[in-house]
Amino acid sequence: MPSCVNVDKCDGCKGKDKTACQYICPNDLMKLDRNLMKAWNQEPEACWECYSCVKICPQSAIEVRAYADIVPLGGSVVPLRGSDSIMWTVKFRNGKLKRFKFPIRTTAEGSIKPYDGMPEPGDIKDQLLFTETGKTLPKL
Amino acid sequence: MSLERESCTSSYCEDPQIVEMDTDILLIGGGMANCGAAFEVMPWAKKFGLKVTLVDKAAMDRSGAVAQGLSAINTYMGGQDPADYVRMVKNDLMGIVRDDLIYDVGRHVDDSVHLFEKWGLPVWKQAGDEGKPLDKGGKCVRSGKWQIMINGESYKVIVAEAAKKALGEENIFERVFIVKLILDEKEDNRIAAAVGFSTRENKIYYIRANAILLAAGGAVNIFRPRSVAEGMGRAWYPVWNAGSTYTMAAQVGAELTMMENRFVPARFKDGYGPVGAWFLLFKAKATNAKGENYMVTNGEMLKDYPPYGLAAVPATCLRNHLMLKEMKEGRGPIYMDTATAMKELAATMDEKQVKHLEAEAWEDFLDMCVGQAGLWAGMNIQPEVVGSELMPTEPYMLGSHSGCCGIWVSGPEDIAPAEWQWGYNRMTTVKGLFTAGDGVGASGHKFSSGSHAEGRIAAKAMVKFVLDNKDFKATISKSAKDFAAEIQKPFKTFEQFKNVTTDDYVNPNYIRPKMLMYRLNKIMDEYVAGTSTYYVTSAALMNRALELLTWLKEDSEKMAAKDLHELMRCWENYHRIFTAEAHLRHILFREETRYPGFFYRADFPKLDETNWKCFVNSKYNPKTNEWEMKKVPHKDLVPLTK
Ligand SMILES: Cc1cc2nc3c(=O)[nH]c(=O)nc-3n(C[C@H](O)[C@H](O)[C@H](O)COP(=O)(O)OP(=O)(O)OC[C@H]3O[C@@H](n4cnc5c(N)ncnc54)[C@H](O)[C@@H]3O)c2cc1C
Ligand code: SF4
Ligand code: SF4
Repeated sequence: MPSCVNVDKCDGCKGKDKTACQYICPNDLMKLDRNLMKAWNQEPEACWECYSCVKICPQSAIEVRAYADIVPLGGSVVPLRGSDSIMWTVKFRNGKLKRFKFPIRTTAEGSIKPYDGMPEPGDIKDQLLFTETGKTLPKL
Repeated sequence: MSLERESCTSSYCEDPQIVEMDTDILLIGGGMANCGAAFEVMPWAKKFGLKVTLVDKAAMDRSGAVAQGLSAINTYMGGQDPADYVRMVKNDLMGIVRDDLIYDVGRHVDDSVHLFEKWGLPVWKQAGDEGKPLDKGGKCVRSGKWQIMINGESYKVIVAEAAKKALGEENIFERVFIVKLILDEKEDNRIAAAVGFSTRENKIYYIRANAILLAAGGAVNIFRPRSVAEGMGRAWYPVWNAGSTYTMAAQVGAELTMMENRFVPARFKDGYGPVGAWFLLFKAKATNAKGENYMVTNGEMLKDYPPYGLAAVPATCLRNHLMLKEMKEGRGPIYMDTATAMKELAATMDEKQVKHLEAEAWEDFLDMCVGQAGLWAGMNIQPEVVGSELMPTEPYMLGSHSGCCGIWVSGPEDIAPAEWQWGYNRMTTVKGLFTAGDGVGASGHKFSSGSHAEGRIAAKAMVKFVLDNKDFKATISKSAKDFAAEIQKPFKTFEQFKNVTTDDYVNPNYIRPKMLMYRLNKIMDEYVAGTSTYYVTSAALMNRALELLTWLKEDSEKMAAKDLHELMRCWENYHRIFTAEAHLRHILFREETRYPGFFYRADFPKLDETNWKCFVNSKYNPKTNEWEMKKVPHKDLVPLTK
């Protein structure tokens, strides 16, 4: 369901080091109009509704309007992504609301130290990955 | 290095800047497989003083198939025998797989899963084991024999963080789309470089490498999708993987295998949300409009496909096959009976548990297919009250999910028979070119974790390759400028002709990439077993498609691009067309119906174990532009049944 940008909320990521939505969209859809300093989805029919742009926008300016050629109007699914959990608000066409909260990670963002406590790589000629040094691999 | 602000906005920038680089190991793609490769390769690279570089067409935090997140890790042994995993995969893919490669994934995959948990991915635990990691004996919650449940919204963000830290920002180039690989001119059949362009700046990348790991995912939008307007982006498979892996490898002469295989997932209709949790966790049944369970009423049909139809879980394509019978005979819509399933579970649970269960059902969508939640919201579908329609999608090409098309690779030296190995694990038949994840053929059901593990396996083998070929220096006579001109040709075409008509979209001198893709979609859909023929094709239909493809290929030379974004669309199309042709040629060659429910050869409607229990491999000759097709004997290293 294609993303769309709320004209009042978007500030073009002014004063930030990156245009967040443009940075993150895996399909290169978000564009920034430099004169207006507003972003837009340049190819809505190529949008996977992955919500990457919605989740990252610092202004909560992006929403997703379900594909008009498939879905009746009026529903919405809105995330609020924090550092350790995400809150979802699902609004049905008939006005019913559902809210969900799920954990997203157990460590602080940016805190991963990939090689802490890992063994030194072993023998380049065998089949063991470096973390498996010293193990015996099963064989057929 | 990540680029957010684009500096090139004009339609045609005269002289692109050329970035020439030399590296020992080049990773193309920043998805699950290459995040695994990045993590594994660096300790070895440091030990031996090697340089590693990664390029991704997107931003690694949210690139590839896991961009949105996932709600389950589909491959985790947790003490089970990898040989049993091989049996499951083999049955699901109708008998023809590489046991050596699958077993190899099975024996390494848990290590990757343990890393994910350590890095911060929340893995569901059984009551009493909360907080106890898997590698310390914590008991996971399984939704199936091999699947485990996770809170996976940030799955890719977490895995990418580890990969980026491992590599170092200075070795990562995001928003670089690779268009082709280059062979060495001195040494025969030897990879030497890759070329591509930035989608943010007017820059051409020309990267020479001793070894390359090509893991740019599978292919979507080859076939006309069921949704053709605004909803076209809602393919099941992520719309950004365009067959780059198969095409770029094949174009330098790498042997492909099982490219006739495709994946047609049966999913919730239009939103294409996952059904796994509903089937596996909630024990829901799929029914026809009359409420009949067609897996029972059509059960006899499974007997036509021994032994694959007779297993406890019949092969995925056969389950589609039974559903399609209902649809063709007018007994649709097909429904997932969510209401009955939830009612039955509620009978044994209290209200709090039921609420929890409902949240789990929604999380399955919200973690990995939010669009499906949007569809349910818009259609007032509350699963505890009404069911939701199911439908098989358009076909996709992939090698790591429930499909197995891809590249023919060397197997692990300690398991693979002699004819399946040539020195370096996961190396293609081109020296120095490796692949993993969706790229490796005849080895499906790796999923996210298996792809990560396979990237690691390939990474280590690449280090060995580079050490054994320390003195290699690429010989390429074509200059970076020549490559640049070739890459930017669609810009030139646009500039040359854009003022000929009053609307630069419609112009007799060129074709914009969107229309070219639509034409490819139409050809594949109508002639090569797309949805509009209920997945039926024949030699006559495919030969006609080849004629139409010839014109399409000629016209593709006239693609026009007005900006970098469209230039990327042009190159995605070049990759799509080639992958589509490979798919067609393989189906044409295999004269049987091996995967009913995925596609049918009307002229050879039966499974033919006597003549076709073999791999089909192909090799494209870039010099003569010819395809060589051949049968390759199949071998069971693990018997299908114990
Ligand atoms: C809809 C869906 C649901 C899934 N659900 C599950 C699940 O529940 N559990 C599970 O375990 N697995 C699941 N999987 C499987 C899993 O996502 C894949 O197995 C895995 O992502 C494959 O890894 P990969 O690295 O081969 O490809 P990807 O992860 O897709 O990565 C491909 C990378 O290549 C880049 N790229 C593409 N073309 C180019 C180019 N020309 N130049 C430069 N870069 C390029 C992309 O940006 C991306 O970074 C699912 C897959 C899909 C499609
Ligand atoms: S991320 Fe949000 S605020 Fe920033 S440019 Fe995009 S829509 Fe505007
Ligand atoms: S929802 Fe995903 S595909 Fe669509 S614009 Fe946003 S980031 Fe891009």
